[in-house]
Amino acid sequence: MEKRLGRPTRDAYGQTLVELGRADSRIVVLDADLSKSTKTCEFAKVFPDRFFNVGIQEANMVGVAAGLAASGKIPFCSSFASFLICKSYDQLRMGVAFSEYNVKIVASHGGISVGEDGASQMSIEDIALVCSLPNFVVMVPADEFATADLVRASVVHQGPVYMRTCRPKAPIIYDAQSRFQIGEGVRLREGNDVTLVANGLLVFEALCAWELLRAEGIEAGVVDMHTVKPLDRELLLNEARKTGHLVVAEEHQVWGGLGSAVASLLSRECPVRIEFIGIQDTYAESGSPDQLLEKYGLTAPHMVQAAKRVLGKI
Amino acid sequence: MKPLLLNPRQIAPKAITELKKLTRYVKHDRLQILFYERKSMIQPALEELKALAKQVRRDIIMMTAQAGSGHPGGALSCVELGVALYFGIMRHDPKNPTWPDRDRFILSKGHASSFLYSVLAHSGYFDPNILPTFRKLGSPLQGHPDHRRVPGVEASTGSLGQGLSIAIGHALARRLDQRSYFTYVLISDGETNEGQTWEAAMMAAHHKVDHLIAIMDYNKFQLDDATKVICDIEPVIDKWRSFCWHVEEIDGHDFSQIFKAIAICQKVKNRPAMIVAHTIKGKGISFMENNNDFHGVAPTQEQAARALKELE
Repeated sequence: MEKRLGRPTRDAYGQTLVELGRADSRIVVLDADLSKSTKTCEFAKVFPDRFFNVGIQEANMVGVAAGLAASGKIPFCSSFASFLICKSYDQLRMGVAFSEYNVKIVASHGGISVGEDGASQMSIEDIALVCSLPNFVVMVPADEFATADLVRASVVHQGPVYMRTCRPKAPIIYDAQSRFQIGEGVRLREGNDVTLVANGLLVFEALCAWELLRAEGIEAGVVDMHTVKPLDRELLLNEARKTGHLVVAEEHQVWGGLGSAVASLLSRECPVRIEFIGIQDTYAESGSPDQLLEKYGLTAPHMVQAAKRVLGKI
Repeated sequence: MKPLLLNPRQIAPKAITELKKLTRYVKHDRLQILFYERKSMIQPALEELKALAKQVRRDIIMMTAQAGSGHPGGALSCVELGVALYFGIMRHDPKNPTWPDRDRFILSKGHASSFLYSVLAHSGYFDPNILPTFRKLGSPLQGHPDHRRVPGVEASTGSLGQGLSIAIGHALARRLDQRSYFTYVLISDGETNEGQTWEAAMMAAHHKVDHLIAIMDYNKFQLDDATKVICDIEPVIDKWRSFCWHVEEIDGHDFSQIFKAIAICQKVKNRPAMIVAHTIKGKGISFMENNNDFHGVAPTQEQAARALKELE
């Protein structure tokens, strides 16, 4: 699989916000002093009156967004995922999830591919935390095109949305014509032996693993499960029935993320063997994103091993 | 002993009719200041407001006693503040609770829900006959306010510290939409222990948020003990002034002081306003006043009967 690096998904978010801001004056954006990193600075340049930099205060930011939504605005809140989700969790719970307000949370620097800044800046718990909030949609897009289209979809969706973006340049999977639906995974490869289910940056790794497995005579299916909640039940059941073996891969703590969601669904409706690629209940460290993905077991060779394990070949 | 049931007939019908007239008058023409200044108008109105405050207190006692739980102390302390707002100050239309130009009232201290439900019911948002269902399974009148279930409830609260931020959001939306409504938010004194309060205080002043009037029900107690004992908020006036808020300090049980302070705060431009209202927890019932045992415990049936006698 040829690696063509595109833009970081956070860049696609920033650009799409400007496009959406032009079309809909209800859209307002809040950031907690990280707009240059989350890329909401692009919106701030074009719509300074509809941009609120609240300073380094995530809890108040989410509360203010709730009030804006209650008065008819469509607020987007951004910061780093680790800070935004952890520091404003109660505000997300009461002010957004419980209140069912139309607030969109788009947080950058998800996962360990943050790199050199180290573990305090890396969000490995955000998906588990937000998935446990009723009423939230939770998404982790794979590349810039998926991000742009799902940000557009999040405006159409009435209700709370969480999207995680990433810091490094994301390998290109799709193109500008690709269209996405919230809650509908994308089947990228067909295969009868095993299904690789991934999201975010690990979709590219899964496609690389597909190639490596193919060279060894194993036909893998690959699914981009960009929406963790609501999960694409139909697609997962089809894959489980077809291949009977799954590898779920995510740049997230293995407890409570995509893997847990898939396992919970399939254990009820179509029990199959599953292997889990993710952060194995630990915190990462400083390093380059590629080094970290490799060290913490999130790259294609690790997925190949997991596929073989789930197939009983090793 | 017979269960205590709320009887809406107990409300002085004349008072309600007069107050509803007053509310309509205020709704169409924001002349509260004039209303306050005309002594001839304020005198009869004051009597009506006092009668209504008494009714709200009766409701709080009956609702919490009936439920066997709730937070009567901190509900009784903010009665005059809420009655003044809903019946003398705010532009609102109970028949159209989502009217975009309505004034907003956010009860950040959500545990005082019984007070809010009573005020909303008597304003006409819903039938006062459902007040006795407070805290019962299936009732819209949840232990803490849920805006999805009750018309007129502007925010779901109960986790302290959040109402001020939500109010800022409403006030910013007002500015963007160039509307003229005011957002009122009632916070508690103990609630300001929460760091979010000070995030909100700093941010609102920096963003020059006006048409935002916060009122602190300063009843000097929080759950475990006096605020002075648990986590003292003094010097409270200095704190808010140093955060660049306009600050007024009043007796929160004195209607004329409430009207006057709000009239002043409505004129404040380019910054938020805070009214520190000194109140008495458990106000209006001799054995509940300044008695923190009634923070989160309902009066017994016997205590409720005594309380209602005092409120006759």
